Amino acid sequence: MDRIPILTMGHFLLVTIQVDMHDQLALTLQDDLTNKITSTLAKGVLIDISSLEIVDSFIGRMLGNISSMARVLGAGSVVVGMQPAVAITLVELGLSLTGVYTALDVEKGMQLLRRQIDADFYHLTTDGNFVEI
Amino acid sequence: MATLLKSEKLEVSEEQHIVTVRQAVRRMSVEIKLSLVDQTKIITAASELARNLLIYGGGGEVVLELLREGVRQGVRVHFADEGPGIENIELALRDGYTSGGGMGLGLGGAKRLVNEFDLVSAPGKGTHITITRWK
Repeated sequence: MDRIPILTMGHFLLVTIQVDMHDQLALTLQDDLTNKITSTLAKGVLIDISSLEIVDSFIGRMLGNISSMARVLGAGSVVVGMQPAVAITLVELGLSLTGVYTALDVEKGMQLLRRQIDADFYHLTTDGNFVEI
Repeated sequence: MATLLKSEKLEVSEEQHIVTVRQAVRRMSVEIKLSLVDQTKIITAASELARNLLIYGGGGEVVLELLREGVRQGVRVHFADEGPGIENIELALRDGYTSGGGMGLGLGGAKRLVNEFDLVSAPGKGTHITITRWK
């Protein structure tokens, strides 16, 4: 069965969606991520959607669900790399992804994730770097 | 009166076909050189309607058309099912209303994403929706 790979990097889980997802694939990703947060005790999830050419209400709902499930499991989450045309379409469709953290690229997304879990795991040094406590 | 340049018929009877519809709409949108934003809008609208066709209509048929009208070209997509039909169309188009488990954005949202939107439905008569995006 098709699956979108989830990479583990330290306390984080990274997902890059590079295919035109059918609905079941999106649901499988949602389940897999939730299980993986629990099994790896991840503190943050980063989802890169820069290759996605459309986000319809189904995929939008999946992104919202992942963000809520991560939160309930004590992890932060961020969606990065949305294409401008996708953003325009999403808003006109009526979907504003309330409650989903977003960032322009992976780097900014990682910064945001680290800030979200700052209190638990990281300490911001005076020169702007994060060090693990 | 619009001239039909090309048409393609697709069957939607399983989830994977929603992706097929998206890809076919993309191909036609690229062919008439719709802007990226307009491409994204009609593909997203088609994705919503193809899913409705499958979930609420029990599957059906999608017909894509490439049109020319005067100097402009357009992509038109018809969605037809023989499902239960829509009892209250005004209510169905309202954001946030759903008769299933969805978010209630598909129909009203799809309407906002295209230039022309036509919905014909009655209980027991199935649902026929046509969307058009002009360049």
